[in-house]
Parts: sequence; structure tokens; C-alpha cells
Amino acid sequence: MSTTNIFIVAFRALQKNKMRSFLTMLGIIIGVGAVIAMLAIGQGAEYSVKEQINALGTNVLIILPGSSSQSGIRTGAGTMTNLTEADAQAIANECPDVAYVSPISMAGGQIIAGNLNWFTAVTGCGVDYLTIRKWDVAYGENFDEQDVKANSKVCLIGQTVADNLFPGQDPVGQTIRIRNVPFKIIGLLAKKGQNAMGQDQDDIILAPYTTVLVRLSRFPYLRQILVSAVSEKAIPAAKTEIGQLLRQRHKLQPFDADDFTIRDQTDLVNTATQTSQILTILLASIASVSLIVGGIGIMNIMLVSVTERTREIGIRMSVGARGRDILTQFLIEALVLSLIGGIIGIFFGAATSKVISGFAEWPTFITPFSIILSFGFSILIGIFFGFYPARKAAMLNPIDALRYE
Amino acid sequence: MKNKNEKELNYQANGNLIYINNLHKTYLLGEVEVHALRGVDFETTKGEFVAIMGASGSGKSTFMNILGCLDQQSKGDYYLEGINVNKLTRDQLAVIRNKKVGFVFQGFNLLSRTSAIENVELPLLYTSISSKERKDRAVEALNKVGLGDRIDHFPNQLSGGQQQRVAIARALVNNPSIVLADEPTGNLDSRTSVEVMEIFQKLNDEGITLIIVTHEPDIAGFAKRQVAFRDGKIRSDKLNMNVKDASEVIKTIPVIEEGE
Repeated sequence: MSTTNIFIVAFRALQKNKMRSFLTMLGIIIGVGAVIAMLAIGQGAEYSVKEQINALGTNVLIILPGSSSQSGIRTGAGTMTNLTEADAQAIANECPDVAYVSPISMAGGQIIAGNLNWFTAVTGCGVDYLTIRKWDVAYGENFDEQDVKANSKVCLIGQTVADNLFPGQDPVGQTIRIRNVPFKIIGLLAKKGQNAMGQDQDDIILAPYTTVLVRLSRFPYLRQILVSAVSEKAIPAAKTEIGQLLRQRHKLQPFDADDFTIRDQTDLVNTATQTSQILTILLASIASVSLIVGGIGIMNIMLVSVTERTREIGIRMSVGARGRDILTQFLIEALVLSLIGGIIGIFFGAATSKVISGFAEWPTFITPFSIILSFGFSILIGIFFGFYPARKAAMLNPIDALRYE
Repeated sequence: MKNKNEKELNYQANGNLIYINNLHKTYLLGEVEVHALRGVDFETTKGEFVAIMGASGSGKSTFMNILGCLDQQSKGDYYLEGINVNKLTRDQLAVIRNKKVGFVFQGFNLLSRTSAIENVELPLLYTSISSKERKDRAVEALNKVGLGDRIDHFPNQLSGGQQQRVAIARALVNNPSIVLADEPTGNLDSRTSVEVMEIFQKLNDEGITLIIVTHEPDIAGFAKRQVAFRDGKIRSDKLNMNVKDASEVIKTIPVIEEGE
């Protein structure tokens, strides 16, 4: 039997039974498509959850002054007055694992805008504060280095403040009075919601820390220094660097205790790691379930369609087809169906994930891994279960294959 | 007669187209052994037209299947053109079925949704014949059975008699040494049956060796030799002194509406 004839036989057989060929292919299309779509959506979900966790700022460090003690009565962290602008500057300049630094100063007070008033804390911060907190300006703009140097009376306000002082109005460009000092609003912060403790993070006013120090609190020391490490992994290194630098700057002796505290967000980091592990496991199980379901579908349709052709195999053998002629024919048929079905399945999966990502509003990622996995697996199953029943039939005596019901 | 030595067998086999000695076939149905053939001796020379008769269960179909290499005997010897078929591998048997034997079934066994010509071409696809010659030979075979004008019809567009003629063309297309037909008229009405027998007689006149199985004495009357099976053995084997001419008989049968 010549090679051309093998192909003629296989293609004729595929052509004769368009419905059967289509159904067989459908099994593979669904199998491949389901795996690709599930993995694409799953990876999209993993990505957007990780994004949201990162947005909480997992690589942020907070440096607080130490506790002061008067007559042996210690008063808790943050009560000492020893963190200065110069410390913040030194951290920014000398610690290689630190990405951004923002000095923090605070002042509370009654805020008045027109005939409305509101009480909230004014946070004085550096230009990089929003970067560290991964916070955006919804409308308007952030202040710049020039404003910090010049103690400019400008501020950014959170959504809650805007809702209370300027209901239904555009706050940007308006002026508010904080402790009777007029501040111009230059930007509205994006809505952030509650933090882990249930505090409303949008009830905030940001101003240059210099302005707060000089015009509101009139007190030369910083309340905190907010720092972000270059990455989550660099947090321990950054902590060590900052600790050594501050001890040196504060001229502490080796036996002296630290006069400052560096806090990181271990809980948050742990949560982030655990969440991404759970998502990875979830993704793997989705993929394996899809693979198994798809595989069983392909297996069924292949087994049924080849088994029902036992009589055809009998006819072919009775006119002189050898076992290997039958096997080659079914192998080519299974190969052609699997390949075409697999390729259509890839497009089908891609289209499905696009549609679902449109509804779910998160991105989907089609990775080469998912294509190789689903395509390879489906084709292997398709070929095996197209081949195995054919092999069984080709081993029969022609007369038994002909009599097969 | 039993237990001949190999030399003796070969000598007798060489003279005959088919030489069968002490053939047995035993099936295992569940745990019961069924003896379908219990020692059959049979021989045929070229150009014969043999009708094998017998009631159902007499072993005639089992015998045909072994003759056509679709099945294998349990015991005994079968020589086809001097070849000891029992010693062949599965692949060699396939070549025998392809080149030396044409088989016509009671139920036609055509590939469905496949045109007449593609059905007839089927045996040639398992040879290395060029596509042009394949087509020419299939058309020639279809012409021989009178279906030259229906080569592109599908089995479901053909009557039973026409389907059987396609099957006969398929059996002829490889110029086999022998054509075997198992109840070829079993599914056909009497007029169509005689038409099929007319084709067989014509083919036999051209020198093709034929063996048909039938349980109808009328059909056996068209063959030159009649062999009767009973209980797995040959009970009688005689020449038909009064061979009917199918083309004459057909004139006496009224035409029934086409398309059963």
C-alpha cells in the first residue's frame, strides 16, 4: 500500500462522515478551549488579587521615635522627639535598599470651608508619600519639591473630606482654613476605603510636611518617617541599614537601646504570600479538572466512533487490508482530527477568555504553557483512544469484525 | 484417507485450485464446544462453478469463511493454488484475500456513504496500483456487472440487486483466482436473484472459478456442481446434469416494480 493511498483512505473516511468527524473534533475543541480559557481566567484572577495586595503596600516600613520616659514612667512608642528631617534625608541618601522616603508630621484641627466645618488630622508628608502608599490623585495634582521647600499652603484632600466640606462641588481650587491658616486645595485623592483596622482612609488631608511643621504644629520634630523598600524581599536589609544609620546619627553607644522603632508589615506580607499560594493551588486544580473533563470527553467520543466502525474495519480486512493498513488509516484520521480540533480549540479558548474577561473586568493571560499543556494532552488522548480500539479491531479475524454488533 | 504426509498433500494440492483435507472447525460458545466442521475433504479445479447447499447450522458458511481466509480452521489442511494457507501470517493472509479471493456477502457489506466506484476501488487501494489504473479497472468491473451508468451512486441510492452487483464488481476488480459468494441471493427477491445468477454464469463462462453457498435448490440449479453439507460434513458431491440457464429463466419471471 502506497503512502498516497493511506492518505486517500483516511481522508475519504473523514469526508464520508462529516458529522462524526465534527463531533470528534468538537470533543477536542472543548477540551483544549476549556483548559486555555480556565487557565487564562485563573491567571487573570491571580494577577488582579496580587495587584490589590501590592496596592496595600507590603514593602512599607514605618520609623517611629522611641518612647520617652519621665521620672521612670515610660510613655509608649512615638513619644520621643528625636526624628528629624535630616534623619529622613540621610536614610534616603545612604540606605541602598530604600526606594522612597517621606517624613511625616501631624496636626489636628477644625477645618472650615465656607459655612461648613469638619474635624480631621492633617498629615504633613513628602512628595513621595503617595508613591509609597500606592495612592493616586483622582483629580488635580500632587504638590512638588518646590512646595515642600517653600512651606506652601497647598493641600490634597480625601474623598470623605471632600464630601463633607464640598458636597456636590468641585473641591479642587477651593480654599480651606485649617486652624485659621488658609490652604489651597490642589488635588483630590482617589478613593481608598477602609484599612485593615476599619479606619476610613479617605478622611485625610495631605500637605507638605514642612508647612505642617512650620505653620500648624510649630514643632521641629517628625512624628514618623515612612519608607518603602526597593522590594518585598529587601525589607530585612532595609531595616538593618536604617537601624545602623539612625544609631550612628543619634550617637548611641553599643550598649544603648534603640531610641526609635522600625515597624514592617509582616502580617500583610504573610497574607500576601499565603493568598498567592492558595491561588496557585486553585489554578492548578482548575487546570487539572479541565484537563480531565476534556480528556474524558475526547476519550468517549473516540472510543465510540472507532468502536462503531468495527464492521467497516472488517470490510476493509476482507478485501485485503492488513492490520497495519487499518492502524495507519485510523492514526492519520485521529491525528488530523486532533490537530485541527486542537488549533480551533486554541482560538476558541482565547475568544472565551476574552469574553469572560470583559464581563469579570479583570485581565486574562493566555500563556504558552497552557497552550502546550492542553494541546499536547488532548492530542495524546485523541490519538491514543482513536488508535487503541482500531488496534483491537484489527487484531480480530475479519469475520469476527464483520459480525461485530 | 486421513493423516496423509506432507509430500503426498503437496502433490495433490498442486493439481488443484483448492485442496482441502480433513478440515475441522470448533467454536467455543461460552463453555460449550460447537463442532461446525467435522472433517471436510474437498477440491476444486479451475473454471468450476460449485454450489454448496445445506440447512442452516450445517457448517457451509463456516466452510466458506475459511475458504475466503476470513477465518481459520482448527485442524486440517487448506491449500489454495498450492499454498498452505494454515502456515501464513496475518499479513500474508491479507494479501491472499486481496489478490486471490473475491468475497461476496449475503448482506453486501458495502461501505456506506461511499459511491459505487469507490467501493469497487477499495481492494485496489491496498495494492500499489496507480490511481489511473485503479479507476479504469473499477469502471471495467462495474461495466461487467452492468452498472457502468451508476458508478457515482451511493449504496442507499441502489436497489438490493444493484448493491449486490457492486459487491460482485468489488470481488472481481483484483482479478482473483476464485470468487466466493455466501448466500449472495439471500437478501434478494426471486427475479433479482436470477439476475445475480445470470451474472455469475456469465463470469463462469469467462473462466472465473465460483463457489456459492445457498440453501435454495433453485439457485443451486444454476451451478455446475452441487455439494451438500450436513452436520459439518459433506454428504453428497455431484455434478449437476441439468444446469439451468439464468438468462432463459429470467424471461419466465414477471417483472416486479423496481426498488424493494
